[in-house]
Amino acid sequence: MKKIFDLSCIFNMKIRTYAHNIKHSRLGNAVRADDTFPFLCLLPGLIGVLVFFGMPFLIVIFYSFVDNPVNKEFVFLDNYINLLRNNAFKNAAVNTFEFAVTAVPLAVVLSLFLAFLLNEKIPGVSVWRSVFLSPLMVPVASVVLIWQVVFNQNGTVNVILEHFGLTAVDWFKSDYGMIVVTLLFLWKNLGYNMVLFLAGLQQIPVDLIEVAKLEGMGSIRQFFAIKLRYLSPTILFVAIMSLINSFKVFREVYLLTGDYPYSSLYLLQHFMNNTFRTLDYQKLSSAAVIMGIVMVIIIGTLFIIENRFGHEDEND
Amino acid sequence: MIKTKKKKLTHLKKKVITAVLLIIAVTCGIVFITPTVLTITNSFMAQSEISANYGALFAETETGGKQFVAEKINLKFIPDMLSFTQYLTVLLKSPDYLFKFWNSVILTAPIVLFQLMFAAISAYAFARLRGKAKEVLFFIYLIIMLMPYQVTLVPNYLVADMLNILDTRWSIILPGIFTPFAVYLLAKIMRRIPYSLVEAAKLDGAAERQIFAHIYLPLTKGAFVSAAILVFIDNWNMVEQPLIMFSDSSKYPLSVFLSQINTGEIGLAFAVAVIYMMPALFIFLYGEEYLVEGIAYSGGIKG
Repeated sequence: MKKIFDLSCIFNMKIRTYAHNIKHSRLGNAVRADDTFPFLCLLPGLIGVLVFFGMPFLIVIFYSFVDNPVNKEFVFLDNYINLLRNNAFKNAAVNTFEFAVTAVPLAVVLSLFLAFLLNEKIPGVSVWRSVFLSPLMVPVASVVLIWQVVFNQNGTVNVILEHFGLTAVDWFKSDYGMIVVTLLFLWKNLGYNMVLFLAGLQQIPVDLIEVAKLEGMGSIRQFFAIKLRYLSPTILFVAIMSLINSFKVFREVYLLTGDYPYSSLYLLQHFMNNTFRTLDYQKLSSAAVIMGIVMVIIIGTLFIIENRFGHEDEND
Repeated sequence: MIKTKKKKLTHLKKKVITAVLLIIAVTCGIVFITPTVLTITNSFMAQSEISANYGALFAETETGGKQFVAEKINLKFIPDMLSFTQYLTVLLKSPDYLFKFWNSVILTAPIVLFQLMFAAISAYAFARLRGKAKEVLFFIYLIIMLMPYQVTLVPNYLVADMLNILDTRWSIILPGIFTPFAVYLLAKIMRRIPYSLVEAAKLDGAAERQIFAHIYLPLTKGAFVSAAILVFIDNWNMVEQPLIMFSDSSKYPLSVFLSQINTGEIGLAFAVAVIYMMPALFIFLYGEEYLVEGIAYSGGIKG
């Protein structure tokens, strides 16, 4: 066990000295002085980002604290309190949260499994990779028809269920809806996550595994002691991406069930869409601010975790 | 003697494990590819076959939900008779779908093109500039990139309203262009270019502009393709933005319009669905390596 750590230390040190040499090479300071051109390069994009994201978001924050955009009277947290009392918002937030909490861990674990599967020496690896990745490319709208055929009240799944003497379920108009949506989410996103994990697996030094094998470490120990440790930054990244993508599952739900789905499928984006229809700026802006804060907290937490545990992979 | 026996056993064990893994891969693979394949095969069915198989699907909505539905849906893999009538109808007789397809193109193409153009120079700046301010700015870009539409659409709508571009394509294209995803991806890759290359170029008397055009751009060609593919998929698939920015459904891209299809046109819908996924699948077939590289590079958020 100790040997393994020694090896990884040497490995890391080598990379660090290499990076150090590049950063502090002899000529470094002499020629680096002029930053004008890179700065000019930054400007056009920066102006766009400020105009379309930065500045309006500050306005959104301002709107969330005033009574209406015309009167502009400061009302402190009233808008937020009203929003948190709103049943539609609560329902949407709970559904979205529940979905993320179940779908994201599933997406991480299952895609890790797929990555390990493809990392073994099975025949036709590149074919399987294409197959698992293909749902990413297929537009949601194109496969919605098939989902409708499969999960309709008279659809394929129910026909099979009844064949085995089970009762049919109206998938999109019952609490089972989320199960279907989770399946669709996994179908679309596992391939993307799997590629991330495959890249992460490539980062594990081969000699490390060799040494572990020579020392008689079992494959399960290898998995937990070496592979998972090295994969930890990737796991966090996959978790973040899955979280972001879990918000996009609205696409599937909307295309399958429209503006007002069954209450168990009512997501935050539905709430936003319906609030946009009445242009209730107070509700919209306070909802956007709350969601933004929650996202920053979640992503920030994951960053801190990565800083703590993901040290070994710091090689760029 | 014993050793060779053991070797044989481990060899056998390996074979069994490979076989089991292969079976798992095949099963998963079939599940993953079936919906896409079904959509394609179903698009080659004649309208009569579609009605016979999927009549029950929309029977409820046809008469307001009161009708007794006798038939079950019959999911079919292979059409009884290969028919191209659906495609002919889409291409020649119902221009509506082609218009919506065009809507998708005209929204997606400028976003991909200009997001990459702006990203090229921004990423170069992020790769070359040093200091705390740059780090903070990059972090802000990252946060914006990670924000879901539920958050960003409100500020986007406000700006569109102020600029008076609501209900025009600009309200989607402009925020799309400045979404920092491509900046993030390209900056990560450009940072890996060793500074010694820049120094060497400077010693040879290259101007900054030339360093950008002759070192950074050619070295990151692959990354540009990767970023373009990833930006394309996301925007080809857009649903959230048109729903909020367009009050007039004639501007909807095909991704939204396909779900609002009429009952009598399920067969057509399959053909349209296939036409719609073709550009994406085409890009996938030719650019899969780039796609994989792009995803792999985007990993490890700190970069």
